[in-house]
Amino acid sequence: MAPDNLCSIAVTSLYKIYGPDPDKSIDLLRDGVTKEEILKRTNNVVALNDVNIRIPSGSIQVIMGLSGSGKSTLVRHFNRLIDPTEGSLIVNGVDVMSLSPAELQRFRSYQTAMVFQRFALLPHRTVLDNVIYGLSLRRPHVRDAVDRGMTWLKRVGLEGYEKRYPSQLSGGMQQRVGLARALAMDAPLLLMDEAFSALDPIIRVDMQNILLKLQKDLRKTIVFITHDLDEALRLGDQIAIVKSGEIVQQGTAEQILTKPATDYVKSFVGEVNRGRYLRVEAGMVPWVGGTTRPGLTVPLGTTLEAALKTMAEHETASVCVLDERESPAGTLHLKAAIALTVR
Amino acid sequence: MFGKDFPQLNDDLLRAIKQTVDQSFLNFTRSYGDTIEWIFSPLAFLLNASERMFTNAPWPVVIAACVLVAWLATRKLSVCLFVASTLVLIGLFDMWENTMKTLSMILVSTLIAIVAGLPIGVLMARSDRVQRAINPLLDVMQTMPSFVYLIPVVMLLGIGRVPGLIAVVIYAVPPMIRLTNLGIRTVDADILEASDAFGASHSQKLWTVQLPLAMPSIMAGVNQTVMMALAMVVIASMIGVQGLGQPVLRAINSQYFTLGIFNGLAIVGIAMAIDRITQGYGARLQKHIGAQNGSR
Repeated sequence: MAPDNLCSIAVTSLYKIYGPDPDKSIDLLRDGVTKEEILKRTNNVVALNDVNIRIPSGSIQVIMGLSGSGKSTLVRHFNRLIDPTEGSLIVNGVDVMSLSPAELQRFRSYQTAMVFQRFALLPHRTVLDNVIYGLSLRRPHVRDAVDRGMTWLKRVGLEGYEKRYPSQLSGGMQQRVGLARALAMDAPLLLMDEAFSALDPIIRVDMQNILLKLQKDLRKTIVFITHDLDEALRLGDQIAIVKSGEIVQQGTAEQILTKPATDYVKSFVGEVNRGRYLRVEAGMVPWVGGTTRPGLTVPLGTTLEAALKTMAEHETASVCVLDERESPAGTLHLKAAIALTVR
Repeated sequence: MFGKDFPQLNDDLLRAIKQTVDQSFLNFTRSYGDTIEWIFSPLAFLLNASERMFTNAPWPVVIAACVLVAWLATRKLSVCLFVASTLVLIGLFDMWENTMKTLSMILVSTLIAIVAGLPIGVLMARSDRVQRAINPLLDVMQTMPSFVYLIPVVMLLGIGRVPGLIAVVIYAVPPMIRLTNLGIRTVDADILEASDAFGASHSQKLWTVQLPLAMPSIMAGVNQTVMMALAMVVIASMIGVQGLGQPVLRAINSQYFTLGIFNGLAIVGIAMAIDRITQGYGARLQKHIGAQNGSR
């Protein structure tokens, strides 16, 4: 984990318990009583159990889990749409729990922005008025709100739609409005709660590409919630897997794929096309050819899938991996690539 | 035989209760009647001003104004035509003056019902406790026969327009309150959460999300309020409210069938015209809000 001062979000011992006597349930949890037992004994539901996570700034942190795992509950703690039962929450250096209601509104307005699964656009406002909605709430008034709104509409590819109403747009376009509305806030932290889950598969990939492209320039801290492992692997610089209110594994896509921490994670990654997300670095051996010119080459960061395709096209059993300066960094052998891809 | 006579309180006690209540209310009226009349004097002023406006305006101006309102609210030619022809027919059958007085009364009572009902509806939507406290009151206001609460109003304020107006508002305000409450409570929770997430304050949420999204429901409340106010016109004429109710009252007393039916039809015509205007406006409001649900 990165040191706290480089983190955008630092969550320590976070508990969220719904029910009549939450504090007592925390004590029971610490004594090792199971969630099922607590539900039976106290009628309390444990939504988040001792969550610890450090999210570095400027990267995409995916939080993945199935429905009911508590991932949406967790992300709503970051802007305190939900208050924790216990625990510490530092976001962008601010102790979120210590904020007064007015300070919290200000914090939400300037430090965070959010994109929602079901878009949550204002149906009675035009697309442009939706994009500048967050800005219009700020006091003092944002003078250049309309210009900023138009800029963001253009960047998400909705130029010319500013006078339409949300109901006149397709789902994918509506979520672009949702994205533009969040980005127009120019806040360092972007929370995306299953933002693309309601979209058709092809549109979803489109939106993922838009997000990745924007993130290249923006370098924001993005917390992306999803139940889709493919989406998690595509977008996440860091991935945390949540199961019934607990984080079961945190790591990069490669770590999750090659070293699943529990059987639960293993069962997840078994279904996925590994070659598409693992990169050549995962399987290459150091370059031993000295300064001799290599034959077939691929750059660092190439996926195994693409490397295998290159090898198949040229009917060779190995390929040389080049680093950023175009000098050989290693060799990927067909056997290693296949062993990593097929499991 | 067992159970034939109900074991009622004895007559003396009952008489004493009634007398005490009547007497104390009478005393209250005598000592505070003037004060209460003074409190309600702005209403008298408002009513007089509105009635002067309606009755003094040249009839072509009134018709043009009504048609303009119909057009702005509905953008439908058919509604405009209906409004114009209703007013022309009313004028031809010599009911113009009374109709203007009734319209004035409806306008003022609806305005007061909105001004009083909207904030109460908002408060009810904000708190379950307020809702629990106010709901039974609304039940009483809607089911209590209007003649019953005419009695104390007349005792306090005498015969005239202001007590009539108060009676009409008491009868007509409940749907306004209820539908405002309902409209705000049924606002999409996702949108409300989004508003929170972008840092909206309570009042910003109210003005930017809750009221606009509750607008179709609130307009249905306005529509109901107008209809109920019109239904009270005849009853209110019994305590001195002028307008289309008075000829109807005279017709009942003297059994003038035609006089009754003409004025009755005039009330129906106005009711239909206002109903179409407010419904049309409600439908236009709903255009974007309603279609949103297609995406879920």
